[in-house]
Amino acid sequence: MKMSHKISRRDFSKLLLTGAAGASLGLFGTPSKAFGASKRVVVIGGGFGGAAAAKYLRKLDPSISVTLVEPKAVFHTCPFSNWVLAGLRTMGDISQTYAVLRNKYQINVIADSAVAVDAARGTVKLKSGMVLNYDRLIVSPGIDFKWDAIPGHSEALANTKIPHAYQAGAQTVLLQNQLHAMRNGGKVIICPPSNPFRCPPGPYERASLIAHYLKAKKPLSKILILDPKDKFSKQGLFKQGWEKLYPGMIEWRSGVTGGKIVKLDGTTMTVTTEFGEEKGDVINLIPPQKAGKIAFDAGLTDASGWCPINPVSFESTIHPGIHVIGDASVAGAMPKSGFAASSQGKVAAAAIVRLLQGKVPASPSLVNTCYSLIGTDYAISVAGVYKLTADGIVEIQGAGGLTPMNADADQLKEEASFAVGWYNNIIHDTWG
Amino acid sequence: MAANLRLWLAACAFSAAALLPGSVASAANTSEVNPRGLVLSLSCSSCHGTDGKSVGLIPPINGRSTSYIESAMLAFKSGARYSTVMSRHAKGYTDAEIRLIAEYFGRFSRNK
Repeated sequence: MKMSHKISRRDFSKLLLTGAAGASLGLFGTPSKAFGASKRVVVIGGGFGGAAAAKYLRKLDPSISVTLVEPKAVFHTCPFSNWVLAGLRTMGDISQTYAVLRNKYQINVIADSAVAVDAARGTVKLKSGMVLNYDRLIVSPGIDFKWDAIPGHSEALANTKIPHAYQAGAQTVLLQNQLHAMRNGGKVIICPPSNPFRCPPGPYERASLIAHYLKAKKPLSKILILDPKDKFSKQGLFKQGWEKLYPGMIEWRSGVTGGKIVKLDGTTMTVTTEFGEEKGDVINLIPPQKAGKIAFDAGLTDASGWCPINPVSFESTIHPGIHVIGDASVAGAMPKSGFAASSQGKVAAAAIVRLLQGKVPASPSLVNTCYSLIGTDYAISVAGVYKLTADGIVEIQGAGGLTPMNADADQLKEEASFAVGWYNNIIHDTWG
Repeated sequence: MAANLRLWLAACAFSAAALLPGSVASAANTSEVNPRGLVLSLSCSSCHGTDGKSVGLIPPINGRSTSYIESAMLAFKSGARYSTVMSRHAKGYTDAEIRLIAEYFGRFSRNK
């Protein structure tokens, strides 16, 4: 499955000379659908990937009719949900609706869930029983959790006592309420998942912003991060920030030093690691992840639990005519993030517009930026620019990278301002 | 799979080669948009806003001329102009790609 075949200069020239590019259109799904008179695209999932793809399809080619299937009338963004835990934003601040996509972009937004996909017929069945026909389908279902990965854990327990808060909304509120109810001097245990997972810096930004809240309101409290991994995103920068802003408050335990959890007891609020037991007043366990349910039901996943795609158009390599974007896709070197999903949604939209016109898509260009707030006026970032090579989607060497270590206060403050500027713009770019 | 990827790559490269920057110098003034320039430029909107129209405190691109955007990106790329994150992004594009991005957004400007 590993894509390592290099394109040779000779093969490339041969294709160029024979004008084989047009002929190779057949590679992108079924031509009968591509050249048909109707142009119906259905998008499953109204998060950063799906909503952006739907909007950009309409923007790039208003002759395409777009239907967006999303069960939630109000979507809470995971980005900035940690700011809510810190008390720096409200749930209302991270709420998005589909009114502009519906009214301004004339997208048929249906508040329902997709329950089945018939790739051969080109249909999507909804929970209500409604059946939608498509010429191209975009599946952007986000993540689902592997509930059986940690003995003692369950979805029911997550909904009542051990929140993951990794799909924003009721989960965020549950965790926030627990933090508010906790005594001064209590212990918050955060258990990040193993790789790959949504938003790699997310659990560590969360530790920072919970610390921000505790330092002000419950300064005797501690945060223990029990991590199955031995390193994490922006590690040096986070640790430097924790030392500066929250000395002695946050302890990170790596996999080899006993961070891996093997059991959870929700009744006694105890997690068991390979090295012993830890009791928490609040336990934020983020389970290991896989592609969202509909990706499995539609047969779009492989043995990894994620969806393999053609990196030019994000078309499934399993089912032609279906494009998978965002966290659920296997997008080479790109992380699973809202920003990456948005970038992929736009690349997929541009490719689908070309394909429905019987043209070859342009070579993709993809991008990611993740800001993490460590404290007020203190943010760090990681950026990446990605291109397609014979090895798939790779990060361009010499570009991207992290906020430098030991950056001065002005730069960290500027990054915090840009984090807000970024959020406002990507929200408007996606739902506005 | 590997053979398919090779063909996809060649197909994309072919479609891009048909529209080299020089051959579409006038495209910025017409309704025809270079497809590769479009895909490159869509990357900008997540931070700078749809069509480069920023609603926050990140500087807008919309309204800037092609030459302004090109020189700004080249200055970020070389490090001549200070930034927090833009130089990390600008280094990800060739000068020809920067030109395509500048032409794409330059279409929105009265000063080409």
